[in-house]
Amino acid sequence: MTVSPSAAAEQKKFRIDTVEHAAATPDTELPWAELGLKEDEFHRVVEILGRRPTAAELAMYSVMWSEHCSYKSSKVHLKQFGDKVTDKMKEHLLVGIGENAGVVDIGEGWAVTFKVESHNHPSFVEPYQGAATGVGGIVRDIISMGARPVAVMDPLRFGAIDHPDTARLVHGIVSGIGGYGNSLGLPNIGGELVFDSVYQGNPLVNALAVGVMRHEDIRLANASGAGNKVVLFGARTGGDGIGGASVLASESFDADKPSKRPAVQVGDPFAEKVLIECCLELFKSSVVEGIQDLGAAGISCATSELASNGDGGMHVELTNVLLRDPTLTPGEILMSESQERMMAVVTPENVEAFEAIMDKWNVEYSWLGEVTGTGRLIIDWDGETIVDVDPRTVAHEGPVYQRPMSRPAAQDSIQANSFNAERPFGSAAVKDAILELMASPNMCDKSWVTNQYDRYVQGNTALAMPDDAGVVRVDETTGLGVAVSTDANGRYSYLNPYEGAKLALAESYRNVSTAGAKPLAVTDCLNFGSPEDPEVRWQFAESVRGLADGCRELGVPVTGGNVSLYNQTGGVAIHPTPVVGVLGVFDDVARRTPSGWRQDGQAIYLMGTTQDELDGSEYANLRGHLGGQPPKVDLQAEKLLGELLVNASRDGMIDAAHDLSEGGLAAALSEMALRFGVGARIGLGEVCERDGVDLFTLLFSESQARAVVAVARSEEVRFKDMCSARGFAHARIGVVDTEIGALDFQSNFTLPLDELKAAHEGTLPRYFG
Amino acid sequence: MSTPLIGDFSVAPENDALRAVRIGIITFPGTLDDRDAARAVTIAGGTAVGLWHAEANLQSVDAVIIPGGFSYGDYLRAGAIARFAPLMEKVVDAAAGGMPVLGICNGFQILTEAHLLPGSMIKNNHLKFSCADQLLRVENNTTAWTNAYEPAAGMVVPLKNQDGQYVADEKTLDELEGEGRVVFRYDGENPNGSRRGIAGISNAAGNVVGLMPHPEHAVEPGFGPDSSAYGEVGLGYGTDGLRIFSSVLNSLVAGGKS
Amino acid sequence: MPRIVVDVMPKPEILDPQGKAIAGALPRLGLTGFAGVRQGKRFELTVDGDVTPEILEQARTAAATLLSNPVIEDVTRVEVIPEA
Repeated sequence: MTVSPSAAAEQKKFRIDTVEHAAATPDTELPWAELGLKEDEFHRVVEILGRRPTAAELAMYSVMWSEHCSYKSSKVHLKQFGDKVTDKMKEHLLVGIGENAGVVDIGEGWAVTFKVESHNHPSFVEPYQGAATGVGGIVRDIISMGARPVAVMDPLRFGAIDHPDTARLVHGIVSGIGGYGNSLGLPNIGGELVFDSVYQGNPLVNALAVGVMRHEDIRLANASGAGNKVVLFGARTGGDGIGGASVLASESFDADKPSKRPAVQVGDPFAEKVLIECCLELFKSSVVEGIQDLGAAGISCATSELASNGDGGMHVELTNVLLRDPTLTPGEILMSESQERMMAVVTPENVEAFEAIMDKWNVEYSWLGEVTGTGRLIIDWDGETIVDVDPRTVAHEGPVYQRPMSRPAAQDSIQANSFNAERPFGSAAVKDAILELMASPNMCDKSWVTNQYDRYVQGNTALAMPDDAGVVRVDETTGLGVAVSTDANGRYSYLNPYEGAKLALAESYRNVSTAGAKPLAVTDCLNFGSPEDPEVRWQFAESVRGLADGCRELGVPVTGGNVSLYNQTGGVAIHPTPVVGVLGVFDDVARRTPSGWRQDGQAIYLMGTTQDELDGSEYANLRGHLGGQPPKVDLQAEKLLGELLVNASRDGMIDAAHDLSEGGLAAALSEMALRFGVGARIGLGEVCERDGVDLFTLLFSESQARAVVAVARSEEVRFKDMCSARGFAHARIGVVDTEIGALDFQSNFTLPLDELKAAHEGTLPRYFG
Repeated sequence: MSTPLIGDFSVAPENDALRAVRIGIITFPGTLDDRDAARAVTIAGGTAVGLWHAEANLQSVDAVIIPGGFSYGDYLRAGAIARFAPLMEKVVDAAAGGMPVLGICNGFQILTEAHLLPGSMIKNNHLKFSCADQLLRVENNTTAWTNAYEPAAGMVVPLKNQDGQYVADEKTLDELEGEGRVVFRYDGENPNGSRRGIAGISNAAGNVVGLMPHPEHAVEPGFGPDSSAYGEVGLGYGTDGLRIFSSVLNSLVAGGKS
Repeated sequence: MPRIVVDVMPKPEILDPQGKAIAGALPRLGLTGFAGVRQGKRFELTVDGDVTPEILEQARTAAATLLSNPVIEDVTRVEVIPEA
């Protein structure tokens, strides 16, 4: 950070402002507005403290009460994730919402933690570092639960593929994710890649991490036990992202206002890798009582949350913090977002063991102070008290807003504007439409991106992109493992945010069960525009309501996640984009189902029924249309389909399965054939007749609760009986053929796989090299 | 290893002579594929022994593997800082005495920085990190690490790196070729611009071998590549890399170890 | 042919992981005389003919826009090295 005259002035103010001084100088002007506090919020701080805050306290409150840290605009809605959870849903939940990440029991004494977070704004400003530190942050959340991180995933959304700025962002963000994640030794097992002009100035860079631990290793972020020591370890504290937490999350920024650009954080994946190993050794040796990662709001957040979640207070000496930049003021040290740092609570008898582990890994640490019984968080600067607060008022009792919202005036006309462009008719036109679809930016082959990520490291990856879900083995002796998928469809959510959130959940749930895993838990990253816009607030409220209702209906709880607001540029918000991650469990990952067929002669079945649902579809997108209502979601049907797929996988009835989502049946059949380069003979006449739709509609509609599976001849009867017994529509639509090298739509057209492959794989390299 | 990844990868010994062979796996700060290399040794029937870079003690192992990763972040040059680790001096001495040493990916880079193998690795010619299943040709099946392969055998193993382009001056390259020290060559299209398609080389004695691709990620059915040089295999069932580890165990047992 | 040399360094207040890793390694080699290391980049832009003020200006623009990222790096030198 360059020291500007105003920053220099601030430094001066901060340096001498003790609690005593604050009490004696009640009339001092404070830069609360510049730090992002509203006037009434500032008055509340004064009321809580019974005096004006010191500069350091002001820094803490401002950053902790920012939208990013306090969720002040979203809290009233997010409550539903807790309120709508039944005891049955909590059955597998070891740690719920509110901790760094939720923890789910997957059996045999194993637990899994997972969470998705956003790093959108920083990635627009500095794509490589923004994306890299996004991975770093979510991985530290996982470590701080006591888990070993075992996989990452990255749902990404960019502006139009041909926009001049898109290549800069794609190159920077993809290499940032790879550069950081690959260096940590974490397999990247999936994600999403979407191009849509609504994300032009606001790319969405979400990062999901999965961690694994034994039940007894779960650690929580709390500081308990008076006399226990508080230690900060990892990288040194520098001026990284000072004010970033509040400034980034509270201001929309336009390219022509560089003054609003915050300092960026630079990631050091090597330091983080060492931190992972060192933390795991701490957990294994039972050396730490509580632990907290340092992310947004740095030490402000770590001290106030640890103290607030504990049973007493905390007293620390801030001059003990090891600095990279010795000119930092107390307030800046409290707000710094330097990466690769952790804070822990250690009993006095474990201090020596702790230090030995730090020394082994060559990690720097400094003892900041101790847990007290006072209930206060006291921070000294060279012996003088500069912060004296009730930590709860900083960490948990920030402002909560329930502001009016309004359904967008245009919503009715948007929903009335159904897709009614001329539909391709006849074999040649439908064939061309499939090729066009499979080459389109959202449906094309993503290996240009995924090949830049290590999917092998750790040796437990059982499925990765392009299969429906990423699958990693947890226990090497039993094969116990987990599957994870992330999904969202901003276009559906724009048309109907309530249904859109349910649709995202349905797709993610379907993906996990298609891979063969039983869905257990949900994490979400809610990406929206400005909460100051009543129409965005409505979109947000509707989405949360939809997701909470959907989770209740499917019986899978939300275990944690993240809200990213202010995703808008020049007053235009992104589509509401609730990214939903679902985690499922396998008794044995050997049973996972890949998304492509290989065995000659296997029967291909379409499960589910198709209606004319092209509104919001990828095909409508190709024609530049967005209007109408998204496909209907039927969560009972999804649940049933999920059960059938999991049973079929477990009992070895199916050798391939792929869910139908964006691009419908056309995309599913194409992807299944391209997965291993094996063709099939397909006949769709009977299904068209059964569902009352034409060939084009059957291929391109995005009706939900559908999947395509490949069934061994010997299993066909059993499979059909299973579907019939559960009353689930199923139809034999073809046969795998290893000889023809094509998708042969019998009595219609033949689509050679070479041609399809060239169209599918050419797109990303053409734009990005 | 001191902190097993997850679960326990020990397998009951089927062959006491093989199991008695101790293969050291070095962990540097930033090493990533150490557990994978240990798993490969275990699956091949040997005993994996974790070695810590800072301790100048080879713990009486019979061979050493320097696994992949980003030691010290690869920030200066890949392998440049790791080569100065206290343990590396012991490795250099042991290698001179004939102990089999294998460097995989970052381990290969460390061996070149330590001058146990000639040449160096620079950024891939396409400038990206790339992770893909790669077909290799075993050019020399007489080294300690390749004797279980047929002459000119193929193998499919993952190649994943950013700095994988092997370079050396023409004279060195000619020497390597002339002395049969090109142990692995990329088959088909050159994936990263390596000189003469070289994927792996050995020292003159054949006990020190380095290669960029990762054989330890093609040892366990279900978790390897989707293809094999030995015909069609099931999803993730490519295990062509396993013979690297069998080779060293066999040669150590045959050589009268234990 | 004359060259224009552009030096780019990470901003002093920005973390430099590369420099940090090297600084950590030096004492292990017994080289203890250094308090810190920062690693930058040097670019050489070759010019076909004379370096006119316009070309130098172009080099400055290149340095500020493409060769460096002003968010995290400073251009510390743009200098003409005459033909050897």
